[in-house]
Parts: sequence; structure tokens; C-alpha cells
Amino acid sequence: MNNRLRDLRAQRGWSQQELGERLEVSRQSVNAIETGRYDPSLPLAFRIAELFGLAIEDVFVSPSKES
Amino acid sequence: MRFSPAQRRYNRRVLILSLIYTVLLFIAVYLLARHLVTGPMAYVVGAAPALAASGFFWELGRYLLDETDEYLRMLMTRQLLIATGVALTAAMIWGFLEGFALVPHVVGYAWPIIWLAALGLGACINRMIERRAA
Repeated sequence: MNNRLRDLRAQRGWSQQELGERLEVSRQSVNAIETGRYDPSLPLAFRIAELFGLAIEDVFVSPSKES
Repeated sequence: MRFSPAQRRYNRRVLILSLIYTVLLFIAVYLLARHLVTGPMAYVVGAAPALAASGFFWELGRYLLDETDEYLRMLMTRQLLIATGVALTAAMIWGFLEGFALVPHVVGYAWPIIWLAALGLGACINRMIERRAA
């Protein structure tokens, strides 16, 4: 699933490790989500969106809306 | 590579289990090879290292319950599925070949050992996927 996680993280100047610590997940998890290799569960997706103060659909692109 | 808290706990428990297994194996070999124990006690002594080794399976299950990072949990699940697929396929093929007297008999505990080795293969596959995507 495509997402804006890398951009949002870059805007705040956080490393993957820093973002992982804020989300209480590993750097590997952040990398896997950013590269679209892993789709997070709904609770983790909510945590990510809430960390950036956004709605889930502002972070993750719905597969049905992907071109 | 950083380990998650659950991975660190798992590593520590497996290390302790490995030490217990080694001690029990030495005791069992020493006592049973010299026929120092007989009857039901011999079964207990003989099975003790196997029970300690079975603790590895218990610890893997415990790790899956303990791990709060869902991606790491998924990686371990994939690793376990690879190991199970490889070991069961190998056991099945060997069993058939053995049934047709084409290969020699293999002791039963060889299959869990192969499963554990295949767990290593699963870890390598996970790492390859990670590296390719990085």
C-alpha cells in the first residue's frame, strides 16, 4: 500500500529509528511500511496517523484509489 | 542490528535452554552408556534432553506472543512457515524413499534438527528480502 510516510518523516527531520521509537516499533518496521513491503494493522496505522496529526487516508493511499 | 526487547528475552531464554540441554545430554549419555540407571528412571533420563530441546519450540511460541512489533512478528511467522514446510517435505520424501528401501533409516529426532536448521534458512530468506527492498 502506497503511503506518504517517508515524506512526512522527512518533513520533521526524523530518522527511521527516531520514528520507530516514537511509534514503539523497530526501524525495520518503519522501513518496511515506507517501502510498501508491509501494510500495517489498523491500530498501527491509526498510531502513525495520530503521530502526524493526520487522518489515515492522508497518510495511506487507498488501494482502490491508486492509479 | 538492534534486537527488540522480546528478541532479547527470547535470546536469553534460548541460551539458558541450550545450557540446560547440554548438561542433560551429557548426564544422559554418561548414565545410559554405563547402564547406571535402569527401568522407568532410564526413560526419564533418556527423555530429559529431548524435553529441554522441545523447550525451543515453546520459546518460539512464547516469542510470538511476547513480540509487540507486528512486522517482526510477521517475519518470525514467515520463518516458522518456511522451516515447517522444508522439514515436513523432507520428512515426507525421506519416509517414502525409506519405505521403498531406497535410503537408510533416519532417527526420528533428525526431523526437529532439520526443522531448526530450516529456521536458519527462513532467517536468511527474510534477510535477503529485506536487503533487496532496502
